[in-house]
Amino acid sequence: MEAVTAPAVAAFHVTKKFPGVIANEDVTFDVRVGEVHALLGENGAGKTTLSNILTGLYRPDDGWMEVAGVPVDFQSPRDAIAAGIGMVHQHFRLIPTFSVAENIALGTGHDPVGGRFDLKKVEERVVEISESFDLPVDPRAKIWQLSVGEQQRVEIIKVLYRDARVLIFDEPTAVLSPLESERLGVTLQTMARSGRSIVFISHKLGEVASIADRVTVLRHGRSFETTSENDVSALASLMIGRDVESVKRSAGAIVDSSSRLGPVVLEINDLHAVGDRGLKALEGVSLDVCAGEILGVAGVAGNGQRELVEILAGLRRAGSGSICVDGESLENGSTRHPIRLGVSYVPQDRMGTGLAPDLTIAENMALKNFRRPPVARPPFIRQSVIDAQGRDLMEQFDVRAPSETTPTRRLSGGNVQKVLLAREMSGDPKVLVIASPSQGLDVGAVATVHQLLIDAAESGVGVLLVSEDLDEVLALSNRIAVMYEGRILDTFDRAEADAQRIGMLMGGQLDVSA
Amino acid sequence: MSRFGLRLEPRSNLPKWLPWAVPVGSFLAALLVGAIVLFATGQNALSVYGRILDRAFLSEGAFTGTLISATPLLFTGLCAAVAFRIGFFNIGGEGQFVMGAIFGSGIALKLGADAPGILSVAAMVIFGAVGGGLWGLIPGILKARFKTNEIITSLMLNYVAAVIATYLIFDSNSFWRELTGSGAVFPKGKILPVGSWWPNLDFGSIIVPFGFVLGMVIAGWLYVLQRKTRFGFEMRVVGGAPTTARYAGMKPTRIVVAVAALSGALAGIGGAADIGNFRHVLDPKGLQQSGFGYAGIVVAALARLNPVAVVFVAVLLGGITNAGYALRGPDFPAGLVGVLQGLILFCTLGGEVLARYRITRSVRTPAGVNILEAS
Repeated sequence: MEAVTAPAVAAFHVTKKFPGVIANEDVTFDVRVGEVHALLGENGAGKTTLSNILTGLYRPDDGWMEVAGVPVDFQSPRDAIAAGIGMVHQHFRLIPTFSVAENIALGTGHDPVGGRFDLKKVEERVVEISESFDLPVDPRAKIWQLSVGEQQRVEIIKVLYRDARVLIFDEPTAVLSPLESERLGVTLQTMARSGRSIVFISHKLGEVASIADRVTVLRHGRSFETTSENDVSALASLMIGRDVESVKRSAGAIVDSSSRLGPVVLEINDLHAVGDRGLKALEGVSLDVCAGEILGVAGVAGNGQRELVEILAGLRRAGSGSICVDGESLENGSTRHPIRLGVSYVPQDRMGTGLAPDLTIAENMALKNFRRPPVARPPFIRQSVIDAQGRDLMEQFDVRAPSETTPTRRLSGGNVQKVLLAREMSGDPKVLVIASPSQGLDVGAVATVHQLLIDAAESGVGVLLVSEDLDEVLALSNRIAVMYEGRILDTFDRAEADAQRIGMLMGGQLDVSA
Repeated sequence: MSRFGLRLEPRSNLPKWLPWAVPVGSFLAALLVGAIVLFATGQNALSVYGRILDRAFLSEGAFTGTLISATPLLFTGLCAAVAFRIGFFNIGGEGQFVMGAIFGSGIALKLGADAPGILSVAAMVIFGAVGGGLWGLIPGILKARFKTNEIITSLMLNYVAAVIATYLIFDSNSFWRELTGSGAVFPKGKILPVGSWWPNLDFGSIIVPFGFVLGMVIAGWLYVLQRKTRFGFEMRVVGGAPTTARYAGMKPTRIVVAVAALSGALAGIGGAADIGNFRHVLDPKGLQQSGFGYAGIVVAALARLNPVAVVFVAVLLGGITNAGYALRGPDFPAGLVGVLQGLILFCTLGGEVLARYRITRSVRTPAGVNILEAS
């Protein structure tokens, strides 16, 4: 076979328009046989639309595609599957009550719904695939019993089961822990070496640089450049077209001025709590946050961080221990008391917990001060004041939207975070608790959010930053606490912190010298 | 081989006129489908619609009859609209209506003929609200405490309420039952003292029942409550995003319970109004046959849960009901009116889908696969 020269799949001058938006314009790129090809771009750069075109979900308005050198015109996802293109979606499409094997067999023609169906055969094949690509999963387990990482493996096996030659991954690491992500990267490369082609959609620069053979950068819906560059900062400037280092540098500035700290505004003492499954989540957490500092809590997800911030916001009850805000003790399990004491909270689940998606930007910004004048004139609220306040905050925090009456569900991730920060910073808070502030945001938005956090600290707010992103914690924090299995293992000043020691602590290794 | 199919794409932008166009278009579509049904049953659709229009709104005294039919629909419509707004699917308007009728008639009988009329009427409004409110409170508390499904609990309570009303008149010598005269032979309720009969406002050619006026005032009050008050703001947040409501210091379970009681109270006042304005007697059979509670859900849906729009929709559907009474006869089966109402609900719910999605033509669509996800 000498047909190696033809790319596994290629798109030529593909354009796709939606009412009012050009999602893709003149996109051209090709994926070679046996390579991992990344599609890199900010949120809204057109990555997802392009993958939907490749998988036959959308038809391009203009341009064409070729599979192994032959022009194709997909009428439906079924055609794309027949041509050997499979997609691993960011949001899984699995039936929770079906077993792994049943889910994989669904829609293949020998599925359980269609009658005659040899589950044994399917299971054997699943085991075969899972062994050859290091995707361990029990074919008889029910989906609801599996962790998110395992469910993703099922999705991958599902695509491989259909003999896909080209596998498209839509932000696969968004749902994975750092360790799982790393493992997935190895799997992707194994699949590529076995003669398949991988399209890897991401906006995480580090991953793209380490996993991909070549990178196509999308910017504003256009294919900007295809490169085999693997230097992170070079990719970053390609992606956003501006310098991203400036924020990091000013973040460095706050570290130097760490000496001028105010009084303790948040004092957490010996906090104990159980998690959702009745297991111990917090086992004696004690922390102090001073006015004007950013205290970063580093740790791998699932070590009690969520429980900690939820207790601070009153969304969860503590078992024992105490929390004092500016000397006043916080009522256990009240969500209104922390608001009154000046504890602001930007949750990790911004849309589901932080905002009411159907309400307008202005109304969402009033979510915490609608009870008091001037917004309220009890028992009434004044819509004109809400709207005016919304307009002011939008301008102040550079929220980009058509108007203050736009529903927040239409906003992009970065603007959502700005709306939240605008609201949480506007009430003169004493403490700002923020969880994973940059998760899911593009590089530009991350820079803005980081700057806002630094501004908050400089204005005298005590910031408690909880993040799994160690680089973020290191870049922003005056002090760093490491959380592991419901405990704070150690706390350092930024100056003394070194990434290696923190990394060890995050893995539960207390004694480094040993 | 390709065959054409339709696919639904979510609309990115909702034009301003759409929320109005949808119910109107749905209504017209229902008339169109209704015409087919009428044609199939050997009726001339145009002349039937003409007669409905005439008997509902135009002919002598027709509008008065329409308002009488609209009054209970107005209350049960408000009952459904306010509850659905916060995602509390109260299907129990029917039972809450009946409880309001029981409580309302009970207090009027208790106060007797000597009480001043204004006192009796006011007491009926309050007791009707309490009866319906308590009945609505039950599914509300069950949902807040035990996360039970309010659709099921409120629906089941409809049957309980109906049985209670039947028991009071047919199976017991209750306070509500007439035991003297012909009542000793045929079970029936005591007639309310004339003083407690609700007044009618006479505008010459149109007579407006007091219950309808009260309903309009309450609709206006609900509009203000929902759009202009702190409680209404909390209702909107709780309706769309209960977790966020909690995060923002609200107490979603309390709001659900409060709205459940309010919703029930509205239907309850409707029950009291039905007795006070028209029946003047607790009549379990009549209440059961009319099915105002369920029709209220149609009203609320067609009004897109807007309390002010409920007033107009109630008049519209009241007109159809009223004309239905007048048209009923050997050539026009009573069921056809129900068919028309059902078609209207069906088309409205269908119309909702069209409001949120646009239909585009696509080629060979495997069912369910092509419903696009916005990304």
